[in-house]
Amino acid sequence: MSGTHAETVRYVRDTMLPEQHPPATEVGAVGWLRENLFSGWLNTALTILSLILIYFVLSIILPWLFSPTWNAGSLSECREILADMGREGHFAGACWGVIRDRWVQLLFGFYPDYLYWRPIAAFVLLFVALAPVLFAEYVPRKLIWFSAIYPFLMPWLLWGGSIWTPLMVIAGIAIGYAVYRALSATGGALLGFVVSVLAAVIWWLFLVGPVSGVLHSVIPVGIELVESRNFGGFMLSITIGVVAIAISLPLGIVLALGRRSDLLIVKGLCVGFIEFIRGVPLITLLFVASTLLNIFMPPGTNFDIILRVIIMATLFASAYMAEVIRGGLAALPKGQYEGADSLGLDYWQSQRLIIMPQALKISIPGIVSTFIGLFKDTTLVSIIGLLDPLGLSNAIRADADWNGIVWELYGFIALLFFIFCFGMSRYSMYLERKLQTGHR
Amino acid sequence: MTTLTDPPKESFRLSMLIYDTRYRSTTIQVIALIGFLILIGWLISNTAQNLQDLGKEPSFGFLLEPAGYDINQRLIEYDSRSPHLRAAFVGVLNTLLIAALGCALATVVGVLVGVLRLSKNWLVARIMTVYVEMFRNVPVLLWIVLFMAVLIETLPAPSAFRGDDPESTMKLFESVAFTNRGIYVPEPLFSRSLGDLHLFGSSAMNFDISLDLLAIIAVLAAGWWVARRIRVRADAIQEKTGDRPTTWYLRLGVVLVPLIILLVALGFHLGYPALKGFNFQGGTHMRNSLIALWLALSLYTAAFVAEIVRAGIMAISHGQTEAAAALGLRPRRIMGLVILPQALRVIIPPLISQYLNLTKNSSLAIAVGYMDITGTLMGITLNQTGRELETVLLGMLIYLSISLLISVVMNWYNNRVKLVER
Repeated sequence: MSGTHAETVRYVRDTMLPEQHPPATEVGAVGWLRENLFSGWLNTALTILSLILIYFVLSIILPWLFSPTWNAGSLSECREILADMGREGHFAGACWGVIRDRWVQLLFGFYPDYLYWRPIAAFVLLFVALAPVLFAEYVPRKLIWFSAIYPFLMPWLLWGGSIWTPLMVIAGIAIGYAVYRALSATGGALLGFVVSVLAAVIWWLFLVGPVSGVLHSVIPVGIELVESRNFGGFMLSITIGVVAIAISLPLGIVLALGRRSDLLIVKGLCVGFIEFIRGVPLITLLFVASTLLNIFMPPGTNFDIILRVIIMATLFASAYMAEVIRGGLAALPKGQYEGADSLGLDYWQSQRLIIMPQALKISIPGIVSTFIGLFKDTTLVSIIGLLDPLGLSNAIRADADWNGIVWELYGFIALLFFIFCFGMSRYSMYLERKLQTGHR
Repeated sequence: MTTLTDPPKESFRLSMLIYDTRYRSTTIQVIALIGFLILIGWLISNTAQNLQDLGKEPSFGFLLEPAGYDINQRLIEYDSRSPHLRAAFVGVLNTLLIAALGCALATVVGVLVGVLRLSKNWLVARIMTVYVEMFRNVPVLLWIVLFMAVLIETLPAPSAFRGDDPESTMKLFESVAFTNRGIYVPEPLFSRSLGDLHLFGSSAMNFDISLDLLAIIAVLAAGWWVARRIRVRADAIQEKTGDRPTTWYLRLGVVLVPLIILLVALGFHLGYPALKGFNFQGGTHMRNSLIALWLALSLYTAAFVAEIVRAGIMAISHGQTEAAAALGLRPRRIMGLVILPQALRVIIPPLISQYLNLTKNSSLAIAVGYMDITGTLMGITLNQTGRELETVLLGMLIYLSISLLISVVMNWYNNRVKLVER
């Protein structure tokens, strides 16, 4: 302060004033309202506009939601019930009869109803299998063995058939391991690895079918077979989504490493694959699955449409996954790579022990959002004729009883998708906070 | 003095291909290449064998045969006698149309929502959060079919507009008709039109461009350029004297005055839709499929854009705002001169990938019958000719080129606004 006004100062207080309560308009509910809703004329106008909007929306939605049409058997019956109450027009009230009539179908498609326990068991066991990964500190470590078996258990539960097929597929891994042990002692690790992979692949491609057939004819143990065309509803979406994402994660890691590698040809192949997949829409890949995949395979091969869709969805997701993981790898400081090298670790050791744990942790939000994206994209299978919830909704809307239904049906499907996707995004936030170690 | 002896000559052994790091990478690459070539060869031989069994020779000759189907949504002349190639071209133009419309609306809505989500007003911020979460967590295909169903089921039929006491009336000064067959809006007409520019003569890809449109674009571009010169001059004067001359009316004038003169010279007027017979005639007919697709794609993508914008603004440290305020800038100028230019650098790269996503998602048009490239080439043409291999591969190639084109253009723009680092 300059001294220009010094002469105007007549009085200087020399004792402290007693402490006073803050003004009532600055604290508590009133203060909060003033600060957050009415801090200026623009803010006040926005608040009033928002309140009008909320009132407008709620005044339409609430009466619509609460309409006693749960037991109606058709849309016209709904309209009669509402007309008796004196409600008319487009937003007279929801027709909940369609949900009561079809919710089971929307969840399970045309799966035989006495076998519903199987998809439900598969779904519940999915969380048991995921528990060692998702909530590692709350569950016993032994549970990881169940997680290892689950990928073979799930298809068996869903599709059914002889128990010997999944057992023989597991046996393929055992055979590969045995070959590896036998050869790596004499012929070197790399040779053992290559031959064991070859042996397992040959086993899976050519021997699993006949051997399990023979075993089944000797000891017939199994559960009822369910055809793929009976699959539908959310069960189908979840099956495609879970399988595709589970396979695309390791595939994406390999692709990301390939894209960052120094080996020119390997890098070129990976870049070409990733950019090609990311450049075309998923629907074109699904067209490939529905029309072209059989042309690409040896003559006479005719494999299941759901399997074909899962293959294409996996390839699609793996390209996006690769980019997410590449982002995580690029975000790691170079010192981590150099540190690993200076410890004398070789490429795979340093990837496994130093790089990947950190890179994957950084990539968690991206991985989860890829999963959410893929789960939402499973609705596209309705375009190639599979009966996912959207495909079923077309059939329901074509039904004479429910012709003209819009909001109730789509609202129900949207709500189920919302619960899944929103839940996953919240879980990823929780995981991010939990794994946060203060530095990147 | 000792003589240097050569190190012992190492003889090449086969195992060195695996165990010697000098050769190992080459070995791996060669194996990978051979494996890839075997895979490709296997696929091609399978395909050749299968196609031979089916009696189909792979050829693209079908593209020049008459398509034999109609496309109701088209930007260029087309009828059912036109070849499949032209149908595909109509599809490509429709894809580009929906992509351009969608990106524009998604950007506007997304930026608005993103900024409002950061609003100090608690209620507004919460409403925008609800919007974002609602659209992000529900599949886009569901939004598309929902919008389509709502348009068809809730809007009145054209017959509701008939009679002395109609159930529905046209909105906005009797100019726009919302019907369940689509929305009819006034169309721009020119009574002294300059005619059309014919491109590519009589080939299958020929199309016309309205010279009126070109003239309007040229005048707008020239006006914009002059307005820029005026602004540069104003900047120079401000640098020299410290006072900024008021130029906004001049800049607005050089754009608007020539445009109005041109429009009057061309005899610009609006053609209003009117009910004739069973349907509306005149005006521009925006079909339900176009509107449903446009709104659903834009609102869905806008939710993602909003998050990107919010993250971009939040990424700018608070010190920047405080420093700008300390320099005496008003809040609006702080946003315009300090925060946004920096936030833009964070925003643009993910924004590009959202534009790409929107363009790829526009292929879902097939669910509502909008005839884009998926609907024409990979839809009806595929079903009529039975040429799965050629049509699907060609369609993928077209999408790939569009994606690459968008990313090239946007990366060029990104490089222009990127921070120049020392």
